[in-house]
Amino acid sequence: MTQLLKHFIYSLFESIRDLAPIIGVIAFFQLLVLQQPIPDLAGLLTGTLLVVIGLTLFVHGLKLGLFPIGESIAHDFAHKGSLFWLLVFAFALGFGTTVAEPALIAVADEAAEVAATGGMIVNSLESKESYANGLRMTVALSVGFAILIGVLRIIKGWPIQYLIMGGYAGVVIMTGFAPPEIIGIAYDSGGVTTSTITVPLVTALGVGLASSIRGRNPMTDGFGLIAFASLTPMIFVMGYGMVI
Amino acid sequence: MGVITDLLVTLLETVRDVLPIAIILFGFQLVILRKKIANLPQILMGFLLVLLGLAFFLEGLERALFPLGKLMAKQLTAPEFLGITENAGVISNNWAQYFWVYLFAFAIGFSTTIAEPSLIAVAIKANQVSGGAIGTWGLRISVAIGVAVGISLGSYRIVTGTPLHYYIIAGYILVIIQTIYCPKSIIALAYDSGGVTTSTVTVPLVAALGLGLSSNIPGRNPLLDGFGLIAFASLFPIMSVMGYAQLSEWVAHRAKRRQRDDRGE
Repeated sequence: MTQLLKHFIYSLFESIRDLAPIIGVIAFFQLLVLQQPIPDLAGLLTGTLLVVIGLTLFVHGLKLGLFPIGESIAHDFAHKGSLFWLLVFAFALGFGTTVAEPALIAVADEAAEVAATGGMIVNSLESKESYANGLRMTVALSVGFAILIGVLRIIKGWPIQYLIMGGYAGVVIMTGFAPPEIIGIAYDSGGVTTSTITVPLVTALGVGLASSIRGRNPMTDGFGLIAFASLTPMIFVMGYGMVI
Repeated sequence: MGVITDLLVTLLETVRDVLPIAIILFGFQLVILRKKIANLPQILMGFLLVLLGLAFFLEGLERALFPLGKLMAKQLTAPEFLGITENAGVISNNWAQYFWVYLFAFAIGFSTTIAEPSLIAVAIKANQVSGGAIGTWGLRISVAIGVAVGISLGSYRIVTGTPLHYYIIAGYILVIIQTIYCPKSIIALAYDSGGVTTSTVTVPLVAALGLGLSSNIPGRNPLLDGFGLIAFASLFPIMSVMGYAQLSEWVAHRAKRRQRDDRGE
C-alpha cells in the first residue's frame, strides 16, 4: 500500500513538472510584460490542482487500460488473420473517434461561417448547419480512410515516406484548385482531428500490429498511423470545398 | 460546491466522447474476435482512470489556464499594446513592434506542448519500443521546439498577411529533403509527432492568439487569416524531430570516431 502511495506521489510530482513551463510563461507575461496582477488567484490555484490530478490519473489509466487493449486487439487480429475485418475495424476506429470529436465540431461551425461570409453558400442557419455537418462527415471519412491505409501499410510493409510524399503532392495539387477561403481551414483540420484518447489507442494498435507480424519492426512500421490521419483530412476538406 | 457540479458535467461530457470508442473496441472484441479480454478488470480500471483524469484535466484547464491564456493573447494583440494607430499600414511592416507577440507565441507553443497528454503517451510508447534509445524528454523537447517555432512563424505570417500555402509547401520540401538524410528508424515517429502535438491544451490557446492577431491587425480578416496556426504547429515538429535524430546520430558518430582516434587506430 505504501508502495502504491509512493508511486502516486512520484507521478504527481512528474505532472507538476510537466505543467511548470505553462505556469512560468503565464506568470512572466502577466506580471512582467503586461504588468497586471493575476485575476482570481484562488480559481487559478484550484484549476491547476485539478489539471495536475487529472494528468496523473490519465497517464496511469493509459498504462493500465488504453495501451494494453490497443495492443491486445492488434495481436488478436493478427492471430485471426482476417484482413477484411481488420480493415473494417481500422476504418470504424478512425471514423468513430473523429465524428464526435468536439474540436472538429467547433472547427466545422467556424468553417460554415467562413463559407457563408465568402458567399460560397447561402447565409442562412439551415445551409450553414448542413455545410458544417457535411464537413464533419468528410473529415471523419478521411480519418477512417487514413487509419485503413495506415494499417494496410503496416501489414504490407510499405515504406512510409513514399505514401506521405504522395499525400503531400495531393495537398499541393488540391491547393491549386480549391477555393482560397477553404485552404486555411483545410490545413488546420489535419491537426485537430486526433484527440487525446485516439492517439494512444491508435499508436498502441500500430505498434501491436507491427510486433505481431513477422518481418515488421515496431519502430519503423508501428508508428505512422497518426501521420496519415493528419494528412488525409487536408485533401478531403479541400475536395469538399471544391464540390460544394 | 461549484467545482464539484462543474466536474460532474465535464465527466459526463468526457463519457459521451469516449463512448463511441469504447463501443467500437469492445464490440469488435466480442462480436468479431470472440475472445475474452485478458485482464479485463485492470483494463476497465484503466478506462475509468482515463475518464476521471481527462475530466479533471479539462475542467482544470477551463478554470485556470484557458481564461488567463486567452485574456493574455487578447491583451498582447490589442491595438494599444501593439501601438497600432490610424496610419497603421506603415507600423505593421515593422516586425519589432510585435516582438512580445512572437515571444509569447514561442513560449506558449513550447509550454503547452510539454503538458500535452497525447504527446506524453507517444513518448512513453516510443521509449518502450526503441528499448530506451529514444528518450521521452528528448522527443518531447524537440517536438515542443518545433511547435514553438511553428507558432511564431505562423504569427509572423498573420502579421505580414502572406499566403499560408507558400509556407506549408516550402515546409513539405524541407521535410522531404530531411527524410532522405535522416536515420530510417525515426521517420515514422517524426511524421506522427506532427499530428500528436495539437490537442487538448494547445489548440484553444493557439486559436485565441490567431483570432486576436487577425482581428486587430489592420487589413486582416479573422475569418480568412485566423486559420493556419495549427497547420504550422503540426508541420514543424516533423522537422525538429528528424533534426533531433540527425543531431544525436552525428554526436554518437563523432564520439565513436574520437574513441577510435584515442586508441590510435
